[in-house]
Amino acid sequence: MKNSRCHSAQLPTWQMQITPANLQLRAQLLARIRAFFSNKNVTEVEVPVLSHSGVTDPYLDNFVTQLTLGQSTTSLYLQTSPEYAMKRMLASGSGCIYYLGKAFRHEDAGRQHNPEFTMLEWYRLGFDDRQLMAEVDALLMEVLAMPSAEYLSYHSAFVDYVGVDINTATLDELVTALAIDCHYDVQQAGRDHVLQLLFNIHIEPKIGQARPCFITDFPASQAALAKINRNDPHYAHRFEVYFKGIELANGYWELTDATEQSARFAADNEARIIAGLSPVVPDERLIAALESGLPECAGVALGVDRLFMLAQNIEAISDALTFPLPRA
Amino acid sequence: MANFSTNEFKAGLKVMLDGEPCNILENEYVKPGKGQAFNRVKIRKLISGKVLEKTFRSGESVEGADVMDTELSYLYNDGEFWHFMNNETFEQVAADEKALGDTVKWLVENDLFTITLWNGTPIVVTPQNFVELEITETDPGLKGDTAGTGGKPATLATGAVVRVPLFIQTGEVIKVDTRSGEYVSRASK
Repeated sequence: MKNSRCHSAQLPTWQMQITPANLQLRAQLLARIRAFFSNKNVTEVEVPVLSHSGVTDPYLDNFVTQLTLGQSTTSLYLQTSPEYAMKRMLASGSGCIYYLGKAFRHEDAGRQHNPEFTMLEWYRLGFDDRQLMAEVDALLMEVLAMPSAEYLSYHSAFVDYVGVDINTATLDELVTALAIDCHYDVQQAGRDHVLQLLFNIHIEPKIGQARPCFITDFPASQAALAKINRNDPHYAHRFEVYFKGIELANGYWELTDATEQSARFAADNEARIIAGLSPVVPDERLIAALESGLPECAGVALGVDRLFMLAQNIEAISDALTFPLPRA
Repeated sequence: MANFSTNEFKAGLKVMLDGEPCNILENEYVKPGKGQAFNRVKIRKLISGKVLEKTFRSGESVEGADVMDTELSYLYNDGEFWHFMNNETFEQVAADEKALGDTVKWLVENDLFTITLWNGTPIVVTPQNFVELEITETDPGLKGDTAGTGGKPATLATGAVVRVPLFIQTGEVIKVDTRSGEYVSRASK
């Protein structure tokens, strides 16, 4: 049974959109998440949502605001994730930590998107990506009452569902496999963009239907902040979790090398300039923390509103929220 | 005409694509956590009537199309054009064979039609969803057949041919769904 979709249509805008019954269930979900981590001695932490640094990732955009005091004006950035602050805490000796709170992305709202959303992010010292995936799976089994997840490498997913070997296929072959009508020059947008479209259009709707699916070993070109696999530099220690067509979580065996981190920030900014976006000053305090020594760890971010949608069969994120953007 | 960005796309918005005015039917915003946002948009091309799905990069803009629907009544055919009139302003427009398409088989003088105008020129003529028309010719049915099994073809006053139940006779007025071209019932008279 799907939760009613038209629930919001008749509601006056002053009224919360989530149903009172779902409000209770959502509170229970948050309580179960906290109990899960409490049992494992992972500490709940708070981070600044408003920070001096933004994110360089070319596909993420911060909300920016100004603090004006007399003659001086400082730009402040609403955080797209608690990642940088949490890594600075880990380097400061926090031990294993989790954050359950708000994150912000300057982007459109949609069926699975609200610019302000609730994120669960956690870091485990001494874990690699495999061990962290097992823990994510345990959490999902508990809160979704689901059987254990399935695992599929990014490379195998393309072999199975698109019929291409991403290590040998040419860009032309990838575009042909895409088989969609694009209004823009998709070839010119680059190989990783075509891979992402192939993934979103031809793989995502087919995987993780009966149980959650971990997509493991992302290509090194999409490593984000994950370590590159030392045995096979085609791949990074990055994974994502998909369930019923929803991208639920993204995790890494974390990059701890400050020099490599600086190089990736610089590469992000080059990509931003090519895309016509302004470069973003990299977070120097994160680099300093890595230079001082980030302990070996794995971390993952999970969309809690989406988790709640999956737990209760809610079709649109707006029905999982008290006041989605149009009525916020 | 103004430009519209993908985040303004919504059902009913008329835009220009490949030189043809189009109606947006659905727009789904997709944003991978670590990737370029895009929009999967379902579109109906207004002249050809083709429905297709197109992928846009989020934030792209396209030109709006000056398209409007107007309710006009059918007047007459001059051999080349079909003439329609606005009953309030008495303004007339002439639609060609291409704009008329299959609608020609539902044309009844003084009936209202929806005329889609692009830059003031008719591109599509759409009949009302239901019309009532007299049967000019159909085979006599078997007496006593009321189940309507199978049915038979019947020619209507406008030339359209629809399948009707066996008990329907020449001279009767029937209600037809123009979208499917199917018989609905005897006219409510």
